[in-house]
Amino acid sequence: MIKTDVLIIGAGAVGSAIAREFSKYNVSVLVVDKNEDIGGDASKSNSAIIHTGYDATPDTLESQLVVAANPMYEKLCKDLDVPYKKVGAILPAFTDEQFEKLPSIKEKAFKNRVYDVEYLSKEELLKMEPNLNPEVKGGLYIPRENIIDPFVYVQALCENAYANGVKFMLNTKVTDIIVNNGKIEKVITTAGEIEANYVVNSAGLYCDEIAEMVGKADYKVVARKGQFYILDKNTSCKVNHIVLPIPTKITKGKLMCPTVHGNMLVGPTAEDQLSKTDKSTTTAGLDSIATDVRNLIPNVNLRETITQYSGLRPNRNPEGLHFDIFDDIKGYVNLSGVRSTGLTLSIAMGKYVVQQLLMRGANFKLKDDFIKTRKGIIKFSEQTSEVKEELLKQNPLYGNVICRCETVTEAEILQAIHRPLGAKSVDAVKRRVRAGMGRCQGGFCGPKVIEILARELGVSTDKINKHQDGSYMVVGKTRD
Amino acid sequence: MIKNIICTVCPRGCSISVKGENSIVESVENYGCKRGIEYAKAEFVCPVRILTTVVKVDGKDELIPVRSNKPIPKSKILECMEEIRKTTITLPVKMHQVIIENVCDTGVSIVATKEF
Amino acid sequence: MYKIDCTVAVIGGGPAGLAAAISAKKEGAEKVIIVERDNALGGILQQCIHPGFGLTRFKEELTGPEYYSRFTSRLEEEGVDVLLNTMVLEVNGKTNKIICVNGEYGLTEINAKSIVLSMGCRERTRANIVVPGTRPAGLYTAGSAQRLINRQNVMVGKKAVILGSGDIGMIMARRLTLEGAKVELVVELMPYLAGLTRNRVQCLDDFGIPLKLSHTITAIVGEKRVEGVKIAPVDQNKKPILEKEEFIPCDTVLFSVGLIPENELSKGAGVEINPITNGPTVNQYMQTNIPSIFASGNVVHVNDLVDNVSSESETAGKYACLYANGKLNSNSEVITVKTGSNVRYVCPQKIALQEGKASLYFRVLSPDENVTLIAKDGDTILARKKELRVSPGEMCNLSIDVSKIVNGVTVEVVKE
Repeated sequence: MIKTDVLIIGAGAVGSAIAREFSKYNVSVLVVDKNEDIGGDASKSNSAIIHTGYDATPDTLESQLVVAANPMYEKLCKDLDVPYKKVGAILPAFTDEQFEKLPSIKEKAFKNRVYDVEYLSKEELLKMEPNLNPEVKGGLYIPRENIIDPFVYVQALCENAYANGVKFMLNTKVTDIIVNNGKIEKVITTAGEIEANYVVNSAGLYCDEIAEMVGKADYKVVARKGQFYILDKNTSCKVNHIVLPIPTKITKGKLMCPTVHGNMLVGPTAEDQLSKTDKSTTTAGLDSIATDVRNLIPNVNLRETITQYSGLRPNRNPEGLHFDIFDDIKGYVNLSGVRSTGLTLSIAMGKYVVQQLLMRGANFKLKDDFIKTRKGIIKFSEQTSEVKEELLKQNPLYGNVICRCETVTEAEILQAIHRPLGAKSVDAVKRRVRAGMGRCQGGFCGPKVIEILARELGVSTDKINKHQDGSYMVVGKTRD
Repeated sequence: MIKNIICTVCPRGCSISVKGENSIVESVENYGCKRGIEYAKAEFVCPVRILTTVVKVDGKDELIPVRSNKPIPKSKILECMEEIRKTTITLPVKMHQVIIENVCDTGVSIVATKEF
Repeated sequence: MYKIDCTVAVIGGGPAGLAAAISAKKEGAEKVIIVERDNALGGILQQCIHPGFGLTRFKEELTGPEYYSRFTSRLEEEGVDVLLNTMVLEVNGKTNKIICVNGEYGLTEINAKSIVLSMGCRERTRANIVVPGTRPAGLYTAGSAQRLINRQNVMVGKKAVILGSGDIGMIMARRLTLEGAKVELVVELMPYLAGLTRNRVQCLDDFGIPLKLSHTITAIVGEKRVEGVKIAPVDQNKKPILEKEEFIPCDTVLFSVGLIPENELSKGAGVEINPITNGPTVNQYMQTNIPSIFASGNVVHVNDLVDNVSSESETAGKYACLYANGKLNSNSEVITVKTGSNVRYVCPQKIALQEGKASLYFRVLSPDENVTLIAKDGDTILARKKELRVSPGEMCNLSIDVSKIVNGVTVEVVKE
């Protein structure tokens, strides 16, 4: 039996943020995740935007948390060495109908206490965004809608939590939870049984299944698929801001924005589905992105795409973000409806969960040796010549460029593998140092990354997975 | 019997028709050059191919590219592959060093195509 | 920073770079250096262990390693320097400086009088052509699979479907079969073969591997490892006819769907890129818009035969040397070669009006038979050649006398 004060189920953005918040206190914390890597499911396939909450439903927990979270990111990303860029969003109106909606959008922002939303004229918009559809009539500027590297964000939270004593068990799926005498007796996982005073269900897409194990599933998760295009860094038609469409009653619509690494991101669709695993892209979905985004940016060149992906946002039915605790299951926290705003609100949710428990009498004592900061893996390609030379002196493997599209060196890949909570799969390497994230999508570096992973992990190449167990990259040797 | 044979002597890929029975060729038509006639006749009677693959270096996770020094009857290719698969070599290897002599009684040798 | 001065710097040690370097040296360049990121020379030919190279140039059928060995074996006697394991980070088109990185020497600055770009090309991916479906393991470009199987001693899968009938795709179909894997099918979007006919014969027909023309993969299926693909025939507009979709189980999909010249360094240097070839616009000397920068091989345009790469690279090396030694007149009038009927592009795109001959390499737009290739200046025929068959997969060429050009050159492929 493994014992811990706090057990967190799910190492996505929310689970990791909660873990880091708990790690400020003198409690033992364990995070379990069914995946082979930290980073969750929804948290690694989204639009990578840190929202302001301007369009949230006012007076909801979601609005409260998103609005509170947004201003935290600048400092947090500095502390944790996470790529973060302040770009701002524009919301252009192209029809009279859309133009007439602007005051109500601004009013809603005001109700959400997002006071810095401003009107923009046609001229101002076209100056800010020269590739915008010239039929624009006017629009809104939402200055604090920003972009982040969502992979590194979660890695940074986890690494920092780990540095502060949080333990992680990956490839560990919760299979049952035994409730006895109004509290959780034990949590049964594929890697053994766990006893915990507090159990936080931050399982995202699977939170309803966990809730069902404790008999509290009064909702169902509805996966909402969002398909995206990523465009080449050199694409001919770019935008500088997050360009948002005016939402309709049915959908928030499809946007185009830069990523922190200089690619363009276009999407998403919003397709409700029963499956929690079907992350396939579809011709219909991708075509709808093409049609819709051309209303915003007529010259967008989707042929310069380097990849397409889809993510599943864990919506719930009935809708809305929920934080639930129960009198009849002491110490159990159920989070559900952590949907498209989940990445943004994660950091606030971490604080919210801990504070709620403190206010309910939890006896958590602050540590005096909490490590606030975390250093990321240095990107060789972004350094000055002097720093590059210094790095090369320290480690000649900086001279071995493995991924030529993103200029990722062997030294960086080795760090990705050997850091705490390091990469064990090809995709995990990619999410840490971007090897294979470029225009050739691993065509050149993929074979080398397989070889490096096998060498460093001391296994044969056929044991190297793309992501989870069973996603083996190769089947054996040409010659034994 | 008439067989349409796509010539592979040069990249042009002429479609040559050969008329004949078993190993006797009666006529060749639609050829682009003289080499094509010879190729089509040979292809009609007994098609042969250059075989290329790799051989493992003994005790190392390295491969050396190899080829047959002459064409091998098409029908024997998979048999030759079995033989090659069982073979390992020790370094150093010279260009065109014989790795397997008279592979599967074809009278053809498997030779290295790389110096290593 | 470690510094090297040289006459001609060649970026890339594949077939293009090798030929360019030797040619520059033979032309009298004092110091020629090849900068190569791999740990050995030969480029992609190292993994192309199959025969079919050198028929034009050496009049015999060589394998990839045999072909490049004919060049690498001459490097020493010619006195060409080689920097292996070295990645070029930047080419400066104004100063002729190359910044590269190497584990041993650290950051290195190469000062060249002229530069030959011969970085080759990369493979178009599944994502580039937007094949929908899941993202499991088991999806490879044909070239990556070739590298794994032939150089890294790794088998990629047991049951494969190949999209694209390009040469690498077909060669990999044979390669997988020889190594015991089953190739279920080769699927080609176009109504005709993308690669050379002889590869269809020797790689597919010989092993009974079916080829479906005018078909495409409509979805990748499988969460962890590929479980199969959906394929469907396409209509005249290349749109899949989904009513006829069928599922083919497999654990591996290889994509042989085209090559893209690798020009990130060229763009950084300010070299003008042609939108059709995706490579530098060059003149008959393989000289780019930046007079000190030359380019050759697949970085300029994707060639069908390495023999052509070698010969155009020799041109690049020769003139890069002449330029470096101040012997190339860069002030003559330049004309643009025009494309006439059934010609997709011509390389070189420009001709400097000086003495000598120019070889024009070009590709047709669609396959045809019994045609005449013509290069003309108005009504004056500069060169003509009859061809039994032409196809977009195979390059055509004509040689013209540059001194005969008065107004301009148009290349066309016509039926007479």
